[in-house]
Amino acid sequence: MVDQRPVKIKVRGLSKVFGKQPKKALALRDQGLKRSDILEKTGQTLGLSNISFDVYEGELLVIMGLSGSGKSTLIRCLNRLIDTTEGEIIIDGENIPTLGEKALLACRRRHFSMVFQNFALFPHRTVQQNAEFGLEIRGIAKAERKQIAHTALKQVGLEGWEDAYPNQLSGGMQQRVGLARALANDASVLLMDEAFSALDPLIRKDMQQELLQLQTRMQKTTVFITHDLDEALNIGDRIVLLKDGEVVQIGTPEEILTQPANDYVRRFIEGVDRSRVLTAASAMRPLRTTARDSDGPRTALHRMREHALDSIYVTDRDRQLLGLLEAEAANTAIQEGAESISGYLTQDFCKVPPDEPLHHLFTMFSEKSFPIAVIDEQHRLQGVVVKGAVLDELAKAGEQ
Amino acid sequence: MEIPRLPLGSWIETGLNWLTSEYSVVTRGISRFTQTGINSLNDGLMWLPEWALLAIIALLCWKLSGPRLAIGGAAGLALIWNLGLWNPMIETLTLVVIATLVAVIIALPVGIAAALSERLYRVIMPALDFMQTMPAFVYLIPAIPFFGIGSVSAIFATVIFSMPPAIRFTTLGIRQVPVELIEAADSYGATRSQKLFKVQLPLSLPTVMAGINQTIMLALSMVVIAAMIGADGLGSEVWRAIQRLRPGDGFEAGIAVVILAMLLDRLTQSVRKTSK
Repeated sequence: MVDQRPVKIKVRGLSKVFGKQPKKALALRDQGLKRSDILEKTGQTLGLSNISFDVYEGELLVIMGLSGSGKSTLIRCLNRLIDTTEGEIIIDGENIPTLGEKALLACRRRHFSMVFQNFALFPHRTVQQNAEFGLEIRGIAKAERKQIAHTALKQVGLEGWEDAYPNQLSGGMQQRVGLARALANDASVLLMDEAFSALDPLIRKDMQQELLQLQTRMQKTTVFITHDLDEALNIGDRIVLLKDGEVVQIGTPEEILTQPANDYVRRFIEGVDRSRVLTAASAMRPLRTTARDSDGPRTALHRMREHALDSIYVTDRDRQLLGLLEAEAANTAIQEGAESISGYLTQDFCKVPPDEPLHHLFTMFSEKSFPIAVIDEQHRLQGVVVKGAVLDELAKAGEQ
Repeated sequence: MEIPRLPLGSWIETGLNWLTSEYSVVTRGISRFTQTGINSLNDGLMWLPEWALLAIIALLCWKLSGPRLAIGGAAGLALIWNLGLWNPMIETLTLVVIATLVAVIIALPVGIAAALSERLYRVIMPALDFMQTMPAFVYLIPAIPFFGIGSVSAIFATVIFSMPPAIRFTTLGIRQVPVELIEAADSYGATRSQKLFKVQLPLSLPTVMAGINQTIMLALSMVVIAAMIGADGLGSEVWRAIQRLRPGDGFEAGIAVVILAMLLDRLTQSVRKTSK
């Protein structure tokens, strides 16, 4: 299965101590002391402790953890923006921590492109020149790098923006430039450090989708850092879960959801489930039509026919819900020559607040066949939930 | 018990004497070279008729800043011309230009080095404090045995006095480049010099220009003081006015200095803004 894919990066026993006496800190760690105790005793921070994992060729590996879990340190150890204290990082037979200065530069140029949380675009360079940066560093001829950068910008949907400067672009577009700069470089591994965390939620979802599409198209080995479990579950082929500088669990999103390794992971995914609980508001639709209490029965009946309904909700001028008028009742009103429908309403329907959990609505549908009215605290009619919509929402949730 | 007075002054004098006698070949060479530079720039500027130079400067102001500076600059220069201070003004301008050039040529590499090496930074910063807070007149004294009375000594003292801001601002500009941009350059495998020339220097340019602006202003103030050791220019006009107790002449020359200062300041500032 997954494990038979060729390994691109092999990380073994990686540790990082921040401070001047790393040996001392590691010795204490080996005696079984915790990170906080080591900090207290030696003043050294154990950033990463004995991390081992593989990155397979062509996969999108997510390294996920809360702030302080060491994920940013870890990704910077991979291309040695931060020097490691012990352990191996092997890419194509080269052990990155032991490379000399020249070899390290060559290794970074060949293997790594990086996308940063706050974009890290060069403000004095145009979009085009930013995208060319990696190629320029590698000494690619001008005409060629222009061509390559142009293709990369096209890939991320920034054609026509070549001559703009970064500060003229929105956050989402800036990060597209960051992505184009990385793609143009055509290194074998793409490192993404909280690349979408600074973006608006909607743009973030878009970027995730685009990254996934790029990923299917290009099969580029990607290491993606995030603190957001939703994002990790959404885009990751596999997830490495970090806590306090240690690996808690490695697995596919399904494995993490269905077989959490310990209580920490379990609590994590509980959070996800809770956030995914669906409410009446999520399945609610706006009303196509309503009637007013001052309307005559013929008007009300006409509206029902027009929208193929057999009942209609009736409100007053302030959209306060007064009741439900059934078609039969409207007919009776016409026969009796009533001027308004206000005397013919029924209260025999269900109403719920917007935050009512969706599964409660199921039982209501089995009792009454009318659409369920959703009302706010002021008793104003917000919308209705029909039976089909509930099923729809639940099916969607099941897919995710 | 009485503590003997430290003979600090005589130590310094011994050192300076040794320097002058041992390195007289060097100082004489520097002196001749600098004097040639001063003379040719001075002659070049003087060779142009007043109105031509005035027009060139006004045009430069127009290009770099706009009509307001051009009109103001032309009016100021015309006043200097009218007061009969044109030649002293050119002499002062020459000294400022040469002193600033020398100061910047030394300051840029030193500033860059101090930004990139923490150890150098710790050596250079106190040296700069010393250079800036030592009363400017003091530099004039050793300049005379080194280079004799006249313009070369003035330039020597001016360079020392005006260089610190250019060094400081260069260092500051480079250190201010955001860490993440350095990380970005590193992550793509940039060498030190690629990082310096493609990222650090371009991004620190506005700050470096602010430093050069400061250097020019300090150079102008020092060049005027240097009249005390025989430097030509507006300073010597002021100096003469003091000796003859003629406040009117003194203020005329003083106003010419102010006009020149404002013109140089606005010009370099507009260069700085366009480089942003």
